[in-house]
Amino acid sequence: MLDIAVAYNRYAFLGYEFLTWLWFVVEKDRDFLAAIEPEMTTLGLGNRVVLENRIQEAIESITIKGDDAGLEEGLLALRKGAVVTELNLVYRIGEQEWRITVKGESFNITNLKTPEIGAIETREDIEGFLLEKVYLYEKIVRLIDKLYAGFLRHRLSADWNKRVLPLLKQWIHE
Amino acid sequence: MGILSSTVSITRYRVDGKIEAPVLESITTGLAKNAIAEIDDEASEKSVGWTSLENPFRPDFSGSSFVIGAYLVFSLRIDKKTIPAKIVKKHHQIALARRMTDTGRDHLTKSEKQEIKEGVIQGLSMRIPATPNVFDVLWNIEGRSLWFYSTQKAANEELETLFAKSFKCNLIRLFPYTVAELAAGLSDAERDALATLTPTRFAE
Repeated sequence: MLDIAVAYNRYAFLGYEFLTWLWFVVEKDRDFLAAIEPEMTTLGLGNRVVLENRIQEAIESITIKGDDAGLEEGLLALRKGAVVTELNLVYRIGEQEWRITVKGESFNITNLKTPEIGAIETREDIEGFLLEKVYLYEKIVRLIDKLYAGFLRHRLSADWNKRVLPLLKQWIHE
Repeated sequence: MGILSSTVSITRYRVDGKIEAPVLESITTGLAKNAIAEIDDEASEKSVGWTSLENPFRPDFSGSSFVIGAYLVFSLRIDKKTIPAKIVKKHHQIALARRMTDTGRDHLTKSEKQEIKEGVIQGLSMRIPATPNVFDVLWNIEGRSLWFYSTQKAANEELETLFAKSFKCNLIRLFPYTVAELAAGLSDAERDALATLTPTRFAE
């Protein structure tokens, strides 16, 4: 395994590509999502997408935020060579809803909101509340891991250049 | 934002190494030995240590109280005294004037001024209470995974240092490369492809 500090910078692009691909999958490949997580009702883009375009030494950053924000600007940025560096997602199973922001470079998770659960009223409630919370955190984090593993299967095989990348480019430029 | 908050931030780690047996006893000892020390009446400007999730201002790890189901749940506390620069400047000037009056001199050397400033900061640190910041930790020993409920760089660095000191094990941050290497179950061919991977160009 590579030195951690070296690997962090060297492979940051892999996280950006994952989020860019994930946006495409959310929009265009529902079958893939259903195969990854059969109990999923929906996985959609949330209220924040951050993209970055590196032109030589300069970095151009584009942030799209707001619940009903149009994503055309994001697609336009992709057309100009940007990649997604941060993505907010909304995940639903039946009535339950999770919101999560994933950062491409670090895989840090921010603004994670799980479905509502009962409140803590007594000291004795803490343990049960905590275990339920952790179960809900793990559910969404495991989903992200499964999606990333699915992305890697494509990305690290000939399938990426032969099949996935042409479809992705077609989506970006359509 | 702690583990019980309605919205959380998480940095994920893989625990690298083996905790000395008996595991729970070693962990209890590591937590207790490195529990947060109060610095309110001391000259120290910063204190970093473990504390309890339920009562972060009275750390107690007795009776495996930090074991919840398959998880170990506790917190990292960072206490820091921040003295406003203007207060330091005021007291520094008062102390400089006093020294000149006491010695009957009209000039102090650079090193004397520095020494007086250090004394002023030390004196103020004794009087100013530390601001505590508490960050929760969720450790799954079996799964060798640890979640830290903060993405602040400085807090993560403190966690990594204190964890290594307390449990003689290292934490490996999970980011795109380390997840691929450690947790994605890659085949040898996929690992080889990863080693030589270069960025994709999406734009035409």
